[in-house]
Amino acid sequence: MATIMAVDDSASMRRMVAFTLKGAGHEVIEAEDGVEAFSAARDRKVDLVVTDVNMPNMDGITLVRELRTLPTYRFTPILVLTTESSDAKKQEGRAAGATGWIVKPFSPDQLIATIRKVLG
Amino acid sequence: MTIDLAQFHEMFFQESAEALDTMEQTLLQITEGTVEKEQIDTIFRVAHSIKGGSATFGFTGIASFTHTIETLLDLVRTGRIGITPNEMDLLLRSVDVMREMLSAEQYKRPLDEQAVADLQDSVKAVIARSSGAAPTPVPAPAAVEPGSSVPVPAAPAPAAAPGAERWRIGFRPGENLLARGNDPLRIFRELSRLGEMSVRVDAAGLPPLAQLDPHRCYLNWNLELAGPREREALDQVFDWIGDDADIRIDAPVIDAPVTPAAPRAEGSAVAPKPAPEPMPAAAAQPAPVAPAAVKAPETRAAGGEAPKAAPSESTSIRVSIEKIDELINTVGELVITQSMLSQLMVNMDGPQSEELRNGLGHLERQMRALQESVMRVRMLPISFVFNRFPRMVRDLSQKLGKKVELRMTGEQTELDKTVLEKIGDPLVHLVRNSIDHGIETVEGRRVVGKPEAGTIHLNAYHKGGNIIVEVIDDGAGLNRERILAKARERGLIGPDEELSDDRIYNLIFQPGFSTAEQVTDVSGRGVGMDVVRRNIMELGGNVQIFSNADHGSTVRIRLPLTLAILDGQLVRVGREVYVIPLVSIVETIQIRREQINSVAGGRAELLRLREECIPILRLYQLFEVEADTTELDDGLLTIVESDGQRMGIFVDELQAQQQVVIKSLETNFRQLTGISGATMLGDGRVALILDVPGLISLFESREKQARDDRQAAVRHAA
Repeated sequence: MATIMAVDDSASMRRMVAFTLKGAGHEVIEAEDGVEAFSAARDRKVDLVVTDVNMPNMDGITLVRELRTLPTYRFTPILVLTTESSDAKKQEGRAAGATGWIVKPFSPDQLIATIRKVLG
Repeated sequence: MTIDLAQFHEMFFQESAEALDTMEQTLLQITEGTVEKEQIDTIFRVAHSIKGGSATFGFTGIASFTHTIETLLDLVRTGRIGITPNEMDLLLRSVDVMREMLSAEQYKRPLDEQAVADLQDSVKAVIARSSGAAPTPVPAPAAVEPGSSVPVPAAPAPAAAPGAERWRIGFRPGENLLARGNDPLRIFRELSRLGEMSVRVDAAGLPPLAQLDPHRCYLNWNLELAGPREREALDQVFDWIGDDADIRIDAPVIDAPVTPAAPRAEGSAVAPKPAPEPMPAAAAQPAPVAPAAVKAPETRAAGGEAPKAAPSESTSIRVSIEKIDELINTVGELVITQSMLSQLMVNMDGPQSEELRNGLGHLERQMRALQESVMRVRMLPISFVFNRFPRMVRDLSQKLGKKVELRMTGEQTELDKTVLEKIGDPLVHLVRNSIDHGIETVEGRRVVGKPEAGTIHLNAYHKGGNIIVEVIDDGAGLNRERILAKARERGLIGPDEELSDDRIYNLIFQPGFSTAEQVTDVSGRGVGMDVVRRNIMELGGNVQIFSNADHGSTVRIRLPLTLAILDGQLVRVGREVYVIPLVSIVETIQIRREQINSVAGGRAELLRLREECIPILRLYQLFEVEADTTELDDGLLTIVESDGQRMGIFVDELQAQQQVVIKSLETNFRQLTGISGATMLGDGRVALILDVPGLISLFESREKQARDDRQAAVRHAA
């Protein structure tokens, strides 16, 4: 299956995402913030990035923008986890190059369903 | 797949508690009126994170409350309101309420719902005032309904059309579609899950091969989809596309047996109602530059080819304290075994004994290093305790109408976790006392020419294998005369007894000693300084107070680095060796016969030492062992002190002072009064560690028993 990077500064959310994705047969790499995620993504190409927005050091929007500058991540699906259902946040994510978003709160089933939309 | 979210709750509670600490600390750093961007960002992020987590894990109440707080914080973040003392107060109280709510969930405790609702209303009122209208922010997140699988809520759809209907969709991707990681193929696959779909590709825009940019999408598609009754389902598929494509969805044609729609464009492909998995690849095939081809450069490297970089995990791990204690225990055993070996070597000779001795020397050094690093695992910076003070000092000084500044230094000084947990309450008490009784009112300070704001300084540092924690204030200092009067009134000292200032000040650690003229709401509610001292003694530490009239006072607490090791004085009685904690020893002296007074018919002995009468405990009698001597002037008297009471312990000989590894008697045998534990000596013998407070009370109760027996005997004889 796919290799997916789960980025969230909240350990419980990150574990929940990772656990769910692993349960669906994917390999998961975890990162605590944008900085960690970016360096891990450079070390190893992943098939999908699922990132939180509000994080210390480097937030999710910046992470998306940074990843899109890497040739290997030009077309990689990147999903943003957001509590905001407001359009402003989505637009900000889109402007940075995010593929789509998942609105919190979401259940593990919803996560799986959404992931399926972007994995080939 | 069903996943039990409860397994993440513990983690959520833990991180939320930490997050709230961060929020509180950051709030307290905000100086009135000026909020740094970084500060408000941190506070906002923390609230946001708790909101997201609580909603995800089904704690609706917390999610709703944090949502309100977040709305307020957003107003601050966007500069629409500032943080005045009122907002600060609301936010700090909110931190408390969130803590309450979390622990109510965590420990299944009842919650004062009304208090939560009241505070939430107050916050909403502030929001309403500043946005000029009723707050109409983003709706609060609802908790996830398990089992529902609609990924993203979308705009309300027009009423569904009944009957078999075919949606016509014109799909013209823009330049950015691929650049954001979206892929027409995947969109078609999603659509095809909804019902039977036909796809016609329009390749008119395709440039000659030479001019073709493989990163662009040149194709357009016309789709017809039979099936979904709700437009919402379609909108969801295109939810992420936004303006990256021109999408036209025409109202469904109530059909019309126009099976596969008449070809209108050059290329045409019909996807039969597909099984969910094999994708309608045919749809894209006519186009040479199908997105699939574009994907080529980033196609996953064949399995195992990619370098297996270490996934960046966090740099710390959580380990249960039991595991660490087990490790510490094993290392303790190793140290003992190692010193037994060294002892054995002392009398060893022979060709290889020198090498063996060298090897053992190495082993000893490495053991020490190992022991030290294992001990360090249990150590945490004292900032964990100090962190609660900014809030406390703020609240207290406000309540008392005093101005107090808090200074903290040495927060990174590390202490054993157990010591750390137990030192919190005594410190709280000391700081309270300083604010309540030490620091003067603004008026009072002005009169004596001090700055209006008093200072409380918390300081921690290492000193000679101990940790020193100080609470220093620049208040009025202790009132020597009042303490003296009180001590005389209580009969703690004789009417004519003169004491040094230091001893007078330390009288406040005596049980039931309080000079506060008025019992305030803040301190002086029963728990006195005696409890503070007892708690510190129980940790194997001690406490002293220094005071300087009008300049303030300093309480100095000395704590051991760890509870697993004790600095002990080895004493010998006959063939037995005992360990007396160094911290309780005042001095060890050789006495002369004439210093001893016998009272109660020779059954109790008192040592007269510098105007003080100290009872003597003959250890060999208490433990019923055979001593070298029973003559008091042949042996030594070790004077120990606990809770201000002194006692002389009669022993044969002093031996080395050394650190001993404490073995609990309780876990290995049972609790004994007068003995706090045992240790193994280098020669493999077991030595009991004396518990000085326990010995003193044991001694006293035996004396009392003896007295009662005598009185009973007298009555009986009469």
